[in-house]
Amino acid sequence: MAKASEPIIKFENISKIYNGKSGRCEALKDINLEISPKEFLSLAGQSGAGKSTVLKMLTMEENPSTGKILFGGQNIRLLEPKKMPFFRRKIGTIFQDFRLLSDLTAGENISFAMEVAGYDDDEIRRDVPQVLELVGMGDKLDRFPRELSGGEKQRVAIARALIHRPEVILADEPTGNLDILNAWDIIRLLVKINELGTTIILATHDREIINNLGRRVVTLDKGRIIRDEKNGRYIL
Amino acid sequence: MSKPKKFFVQLKRIAQSGWRSFWRNSWLSAATILVMLLAIFVITGLVFFNVITQEVVSELRQKVDISVYFKQTADETDILQIKQQLETQPGVLLVEYISRDQALANFKERHKDDQALLESLQELEQNPLQASLNVKAGTAGQYGQVADFLEQADFPSIEKINYQQNRQIIERLTSITDTAERAGLAISLILALLSVLVAFNTVRLTIYNWREEISVKRLVGATDWNIRGPFLVEGMLYGVAAAVSTMIIVFPLIAFFSPKLAGFLPGNDLFAFLRANFFSLLFFQILVGVVLGGVSSYIAIRRYLR
Repeated sequence: MAKASEPIIKFENISKIYNGKSGRCEALKDINLEISPKEFLSLAGQSGAGKSTVLKMLTMEENPSTGKILFGGQNIRLLEPKKMPFFRRKIGTIFQDFRLLSDLTAGENISFAMEVAGYDDDEIRRDVPQVLELVGMGDKLDRFPRELSGGEKQRVAIARALIHRPEVILADEPTGNLDILNAWDIIRLLVKINELGTTIILATHDREIINNLGRRVVTLDKGRIIRDEKNGRYIL
Repeated sequence: MSKPKKFFVQLKRIAQSGWRSFWRNSWLSAATILVMLLAIFVITGLVFFNVITQEVVSELRQKVDISVYFKQTADETDILQIKQQLETQPGVLLVEYISRDQALANFKERHKDDQALLESLQELEQNPLQASLNVKAGTAGQYGQVADFLEQADFPSIEKINYQQNRQIIERLTSITDTAERAGLAISLILALLSVLVAFNTVRLTIYNWREEISVKRLVGATDWNIRGPFLVEGMLYGVAAAVSTMIIVFPLIAFFSPKLAGFLPGNDLFAFLRANFFSLLFFQILVGVVLGGVSSYIAIRRYLR
């Protein structure tokens, strides 16, 4: 665990270059970013600006072409592949498309994350209803994802992200598929989680949300950081 | 939790997860099982095909022999001496001595419904039949050697050897049986390979269907075995289900067709073979199914795990 003064996440000179058939594409250029523990940071920018790529670097779905990423002072590129699952349990992830396991119920989706992390059955039986209660889904334990609305699915996804008590939650356009009311419910939930002590990185292109949050905003454009403001606004 | 306990808890969870997925996606499971059933059915069919060809081939082999006929005047001790010499020849499997009296008894038995023939036999004062030796050898070439040996030795008591008359038949039969065995093996291998490929591909498609879910599982911190395990369990369950269903289909099928088949392939009782080997056959089918399902899943899942 990093000390409060040290950044929990640090990007040093990160670039990402894709060499596809259609030629070279620079997704990220010289990203330098420090994120403190318990911070609520919004990544703003249009589609294709590189927001998702930044988040994918943290979950190690993508590797940077150059540069270093430190998580709690540890260079995550030096992690052995075998340790990756354990590292991923320190990070909760939420996506625009929810990414729930479709053949498992809401409760089972959450207990799956606990099972693979090796929690024992008693802990799972105790924690799953509690965390669903926390996101306001206490009564939907046995529903399958197809029986839930978009907002409800996202709540289940948040509950799943919370179950390991992660140090950081990454939210990639979590409100992209939701109407305004549901979107605000989700954002309020994230704010509440942040107040309980979890670092949150929210990637969104929703101007309303960013302007109303009043937290740190990092704006990306064509793979570069063009603005980094405490109490920022969405300006492009 | 202690380490071994943790291991068993994970094992239990993997098994439960595979079992759950098997039942919850029952349509997908049913389709995959159906394809695997076809594969195991073909392989089982090949087992029976080989049983039939082997029976037919050995039946044909038994019908081939060389008969040595002796003059009426030949002495029995001479004949038995020649029999002994024949038995030491390479490739000779069996030499059977049929005395004149035995030959007569066989003749009467064969023609017991033909009164006219038997009566005319009575008219004769002495037994008109000859003593003979029936020689069985392993291959066509060995029959040739036996015939050569007899001709070179030029025993005075031998009247004739029927090798030259039978020669063509012997050679043709041998070539047919050899071809049947070889073709059977080749066809078996090709069909088995084809059905394995089809089954493998089906399992691959099933897993391809789950690629999104696999990436989600990785993101929530599942290890490779957390992901791979349930698929292996599911694949093996497909195999077991397919094997058992194949047996359920094969058993009545053989029971029905076996008597009909015995009509034109005498000596073949497939149903008896099936009953005698029921459990080893079922075990073999399950083994094929489990290996097919398990290995297919293992290979198919590999590309989704890095």
